[in-house]
Amino acid sequence: MSRSRSVTALVVILLLLLASLAASGCGSKSGPKYLRFSVGAEPETLDPRKSTGIPESTVQAQLFEGLTTLDATNKPLPAMAERWEISPDGLRYKFFLRPGVKWSNGDPVTAYDFEYAWKTTLSPEFGAKYAYQLFYVKNGEAYNKGLTTADQVGVKALDDRTLEVVLEKPTAYFLSLTSFHTLYPVPRRIVEANPKWAAEPKTLIGNGPFKITNWVHNSRIELVKNDQYWDAAKVKMPKLDFILTESGSTEIAMFDNNQIDMGDNAPPAEYPRLKKEGRLQISPYLGTYFFSFNVEKAPLDNVKVRQALSLAIDRQSIITNVVKGEQRVALAWVPPGLADATPNSDFRSVGGDYFKDGNIETAKKLLAEAGYPDGKGLPAIELIYNTHDVHKAIAEALQEMWRKNLGVDVRLANQEWKVFINTRSKGAYQIARHGWIGDYADPMTFLDMFETGSGNNDSQYKNPRYDTLIRLAKSTVNPEIRMKAMHEAERLLMDDAVLAPLYFYTRVTLVKPNVKGYQRSVLGHVYFKEAYVE
Amino acid sequence: MDFTPLKPTADMMQKQTRPHLGFRQDAWLRLKKNRAALGGLSIILFISILAVFGPLLSPYSYSDQTLANANQPPSTAHWFGTDNLGRDLATRVCYGARISLSIGVVASLINLGIGVIYGGISGYFGGRIDSVMMRIVDILYGIPLLLYVILLMVVLKPGLLNVFIALGLVYWLRMARIVRAQVLGLKELEFVLAARVLGASPQRLIFGHLLPNSLGPIIVTLTLSIPEAIFIEAFLSFIGLGVSAPMASWGVLASEGVVTLRSYPFQLLWPAVAISLTMLGFNFLGDGLRDALDPRMRR
Amino acid sequence: MFKSIVGRILSMVLVLWVIITVTFVLMHAIPGGPFTAEKALPEAVMKNIEARYRLNDPLPKQYVDYWANLLKGDLGPSFKYESRTVNEIIAEGFPVSAELGLIAVSFSVLIGIPAGMAGALYQNRWPDHLVMLLATVGISVPSFILATVLIYIFALWLQLLPAAMWGSPEYVILPALALAGMPTAFIARLTRSSMLEVLAQDYIRTARAKGIAPFKILWLHALKNALLPVVTYLGPMIAAIFTGSFVIESIFAIPGLGRHFVTSIYNRDYTVILGITVFYSALLVVMNFLVDLAYLWLDPRIKMDGEDQH
Repeated sequence: MSRSRSVTALVVILLLLLASLAASGCGSKSGPKYLRFSVGAEPETLDPRKSTGIPESTVQAQLFEGLTTLDATNKPLPAMAERWEISPDGLRYKFFLRPGVKWSNGDPVTAYDFEYAWKTTLSPEFGAKYAYQLFYVKNGEAYNKGLTTADQVGVKALDDRTLEVVLEKPTAYFLSLTSFHTLYPVPRRIVEANPKWAAEPKTLIGNGPFKITNWVHNSRIELVKNDQYWDAAKVKMPKLDFILTESGSTEIAMFDNNQIDMGDNAPPAEYPRLKKEGRLQISPYLGTYFFSFNVEKAPLDNVKVRQALSLAIDRQSIITNVVKGEQRVALAWVPPGLADATPNSDFRSVGGDYFKDGNIETAKKLLAEAGYPDGKGLPAIELIYNTHDVHKAIAEALQEMWRKNLGVDVRLANQEWKVFINTRSKGAYQIARHGWIGDYADPMTFLDMFETGSGNNDSQYKNPRYDTLIRLAKSTVNPEIRMKAMHEAERLLMDDAVLAPLYFYTRVTLVKPNVKGYQRSVLGHVYFKEAYVE
Repeated sequence: MDFTPLKPTADMMQKQTRPHLGFRQDAWLRLKKNRAALGGLSIILFISILAVFGPLLSPYSYSDQTLANANQPPSTAHWFGTDNLGRDLATRVCYGARISLSIGVVASLINLGIGVIYGGISGYFGGRIDSVMMRIVDILYGIPLLLYVILLMVVLKPGLLNVFIALGLVYWLRMARIVRAQVLGLKELEFVLAARVLGASPQRLIFGHLLPNSLGPIIVTLTLSIPEAIFIEAFLSFIGLGVSAPMASWGVLASEGVVTLRSYPFQLLWPAVAISLTMLGFNFLGDGLRDALDPRMRR
Repeated sequence: MFKSIVGRILSMVLVLWVIITVTFVLMHAIPGGPFTAEKALPEAVMKNIEARYRLNDPLPKQYVDYWANLLKGDLGPSFKYESRTVNEIIAEGFPVSAELGLIAVSFSVLIGIPAGMAGALYQNRWPDHLVMLLATVGISVPSFILATVLIYIFALWLQLLPAAMWGSPEYVILPALALAGMPTAFIARLTRSSMLEVLAQDYIRTARAKGIAPFKILWLHALKNALLPVVTYLGPMIAAIFTGSFVIESIFAIPGLGRHFVTSIYNRDYTVILGITVFYSALLVVMNFLVDLAYLWLDPRIKMDGEDQH
């Protein structure tokens, strides 16, 4: 008797569970009239002076606005500044703020807010990671190093609406930098009263098209339209929800379950299906995926070995079968999308390709010339990558190509991210996976990392001629001289096969067809100012 | 203690009530009669044979890629289909068995060799010894595993040995606690007291009486530990500690299959089936072993 | 009794001290720091940041300072999340993880123990075979696979439940099930097996011989004793599950503590690593203490440390 009672009880519990499960289903499946965007991991901070990551700057791009903003082709447009004057030597900029621009609490945005923001960013006590983005400003670096005082820094509000900036060196792309989040203004009055202002939605006052209303850490950030914004007439969307998740599988599940309308991090395995469904947007992204050769470690100290390895890669096949995001085959270092000297010309088109994709014949010949015909006599080479399924798949594909095409034995080793960064920057590797995303819209953001002694020169490349060319390009604003020097520098890099470029990045975005009007910059940001949901 | 043990005499220890059968012989006899246990054993043998000989029979190696043939569903050319790089999944699952089965075996050895003995000693002696031994277990539980693992990864080259070391460091704590709890309870029972009165040594008490009578929880804990270890290996290899790609264990294959579950469900199916089958085998065998070894079941 | 409890508490403090010290050493021994980034920071900038977070102090000083703050209840600022403190991170994340954990643990216990009892009672008959088959599959499927399969079925296919996020009760069901799966299976197996052990004991045989109904025997006599291994397992498991599962919280984008535990190590966010370790370890030693107390209740014959045995 009692036996069957316990069994019955068990069955009842299970049935109750199932019933509660069925009863709690969520109702309608059509999305709301505002946008839910999966932005990535929890932001480290929303203070524009301190943040460094893409999720952070994406949220900030809706909350703040700089002196300038970039259009789809990376040309600077007036934003907080309605116009500017540049001295003939390219060292002195005068920005005139738009009349009547306001913070979201109604206070006026003044030139003093800019001066305050830039100087605090540079101050040594503040400890901002991106302080170096302001080293273009005169005495910026010296102040950050504690060698001089704040009043020596080349930024000064002449009055409420005029900001004067003096640069260390002429910098051709300075107007593009002023659109970057490190150079946004902050509301001085608020910040001085409360150093933790950016942690609370209540005190996080901005000057952009949206304002923040709620922030649930590791979950969501909610924004609404900012009526105080100078261009509010163009802002159509009442509300913006940023969903915080670092997992691509979570993002795609939420997208398919109609919990989000847009996202940037879906796994490549899903691309073909989403593309068929018309829910995938692919846009250019200023970055190069590559493999860094350590030019000091045998046998990679032999330029012919490096060239052979780079030539033996079938890049198109990796793009089509592994990464699947319609990336462009990279046969050079600097990605497309950057202006050259003449109007409407592209640095990449002018420079062209430096070699042929999958040129196995030549690769074999070079390897034989290096003394390793068909890979004979070449010791196993180790390739390191950081843990990620896409990096792993690419590394496995390369390993197999090198084995098949050249007879070269490559061993793979994956490492946890910070261990990996540490190994790579110390130069304690032979071949390492790498990817570089531009910080600003100029080829220099790619080229100066290979200067001798640069903190990002993981290849340990040392070439005095290369250094001279970079210095030359950095010393002038004359576009012909700059571009010529940078093309020549890139050629050196390619001839010396310091790295094996694989592809130029694209941004692959999951997006419902009814989301319209958003703008993507090649630097990875997305602007929702004029976006709307149909 | 208000009684003194009798001096054991040879006669007392030898007294027999039935024809003598060695413990092992006896257990083996009973194991043979247990159909489920034999079924379990055959599953494990079958998978082990596949692990050893499967790759030899396959026309593919675990690393042969045909990028254009990626993500193909099962067919006559590829019985289990292909993975994201066009490699034959059947071959990869067979190779994976080699890694995952050895992980399972090593995890069991660690649990039995360290966990059971540690827990047995701690529980038997009790008092201060137990207190110290259990606080050590608490400490090992408390320190984040990931920290050891990253450090190991830096110190050692990638390979299976590191996984064994990482498992050996902490992979016996639960077993130790469970065995200790059993022994704490059992040692107060009459038959143990009786054995003690007869002057049995601590070793004999622990290994001859207390542990055999804790076999049930030990074997259940063991059967949980095996699949857990298989997936911990996948996590360790994610950090960079396991075998290097393109070699892949079942745990790694399953983790990769989860990512592509929506588009290519078969990529998760095969490693998951392999793991579940193995577990089924281990469980049947485990239950059979328990019945066979359990002193109370001797007739 | 009182003396032994005081002794136990002192030993728990000692355990925490060792855990903190070893964790402190380990986290500084592994390569990379909180500000190691793909784009290397200029040296001067790095120096400013280290000065701001007092990371340029010698390690022994950092260690002593950490203790000084810890004794005041201050776990320090996070290095990764600007202007958030570790106390705030725990205060925000723990209630979420604990809620999810409580539901998962209750589920495991309420389903696992009766299922295991049913298995023992009907040994080698169909309910036993069914329970054991499910339990075997259950322990071979880790939470991340179960979670993905559950999302696939209930969120994407049937469109019954949300695929992720946290909020109203319908958000709890899938993560709780995914989290509970393996523990439930394990508890069922553990209960069944120790129940069978107990049923074979002499005193139960005696009770049976007296003609007491099997279920009554199970309930009154066997269960309490059979729970010993289950309770042992539950102690550390509750500590772990209440402080959050990294895997489940990541898959379901749940704002709990578990997501911080693992990511803080990847980020080398030293204060968060230590803070959560301290919090988890304190919970762990308390749980294990409670487990030992529970033994005394479950099996009055058991004696604990401090009370001399022989």
